[in-house]
Amino acid sequence: MVEFSLPKNSRITEGKSWPKPAGATEMREFKVYRWNPDDGKNPQLDTYHVDTHDCGPMVLDGLIWIKNNIDPTLTFRRSCREGVCGSCAMNIDGQNTLACTMSMHDTKAGVVKVNPLPHQPVVKDLVPDLTNFYAQYASIEPWLKTTTATPQKEWRQSHEDRAKLDGLYECILCACCSTSCPSYWWNSDRFLGPAALLQATRWVKDSRDEATGERLDNLEDPFRLYRCHTIMNCAKACPKGLNPSQAISELKLKMVERQV
Amino acid sequence: MSTPAKGGSMRTPLARVRNLGAAHSGTSDFWRQRVSAIAMILLLIPAILIIMIMLGRNQAGAAQILGSPLIAIIVLLFIVASVLHMKIGMQVVIEDYVHGEKLKLSAIIANNFFCASVALASIYAILKLSSGV
Repeated sequence: MVEFSLPKNSRITEGKSWPKPAGATEMREFKVYRWNPDDGKNPQLDTYHVDTHDCGPMVLDGLIWIKNNIDPTLTFRRSCREGVCGSCAMNIDGQNTLACTMSMHDTKAGVVKVNPLPHQPVVKDLVPDLTNFYAQYASIEPWLKTTTATPQKEWRQSHEDRAKLDGLYECILCACCSTSCPSYWWNSDRFLGPAALLQATRWVKDSRDEATGERLDNLEDPFRLYRCHTIMNCAKACPKGLNPSQAISELKLKMVERQV
Repeated sequence: MSTPAKGGSMRTPLARVRNLGAAHSGTSDFWRQRVSAIAMILLLIPAILIIMIMLGRNQAGAAQILGSPLIAIIVLLFIVASVLHMKIGMQVVIEDYVHGEKLKLSAIIANNFFCASVALASIYAILKLSSGV
């Protein structure tokens, strides 16, 4: 749905300002989105101060430091802490990115503002509900589909064909791109979004796959594919430096190619 | 935890995403939007020149200029390309921003009627002037 203002129960209020850590010589201010499904209150922005001498350089290090030293109730997802798993995707300083690969010293205003990924239901604090996002990924059937009998060894692929998957296979499904896309905000119930479409391109372009036409059939839809208007927020947001927008354009080109 | 189901539906997330399946269309609109854009780029300067020549002339003068088949055809092509482009573009805007099936369908129907009226009125006017009836 198009929403130009937040619903009443989602309006963010000024939150608690937690005491500064004692004895810290250098600190970084964090403003973190807090929302608890159980207390019936609106979301609030809590202020924390992180002792930068006692903590790693990344935003995720700061969040973990806060959880360990100030407020154990702060909730967020994290796992690999090196930009591979995609768990700690959040909106930092107005940009969707991974907390583990973003330095807390690179924010524009000097304050580290941390919010959950935009326009997704919030489970708690910085944890968004990505059920729909994952279902959309499942809907593009991200596995090799073949009819030919499975070869004795492996499905073979030339170096050139393998190179076509570069810039696609690296996607870690962190949802930074899809949740930065206005088209996805307005129509995420029907538009598959940049992440799922980039993944779809990955399988459409795989030389070993025998279901290319079937895949294109399932994507050819005014909403599933053609809600992409090449806004390119996805490419700007992608923490892996991929370009979903270009991948989607390649899909559209393939659609035209088989008709014209 | 899963998304609170809309309207109490207990359908699975995948069933909701798959919904009614792909429409298997949309490419022709995408293609026509590009073709009409290219046509408009090519026709824009001739169309502006023709309008500039006609500025300040009375109806007889305009009819005389449009009496040239080449000029009339350029203007007609410009009308067809721009109305087609306008119709598809507006439909995309409606689909983006108007939710609720009833309102959306009404808006799309209104858009079709409006664009058809604009196109036919313009084409009729050009034909009338150029044939000098």
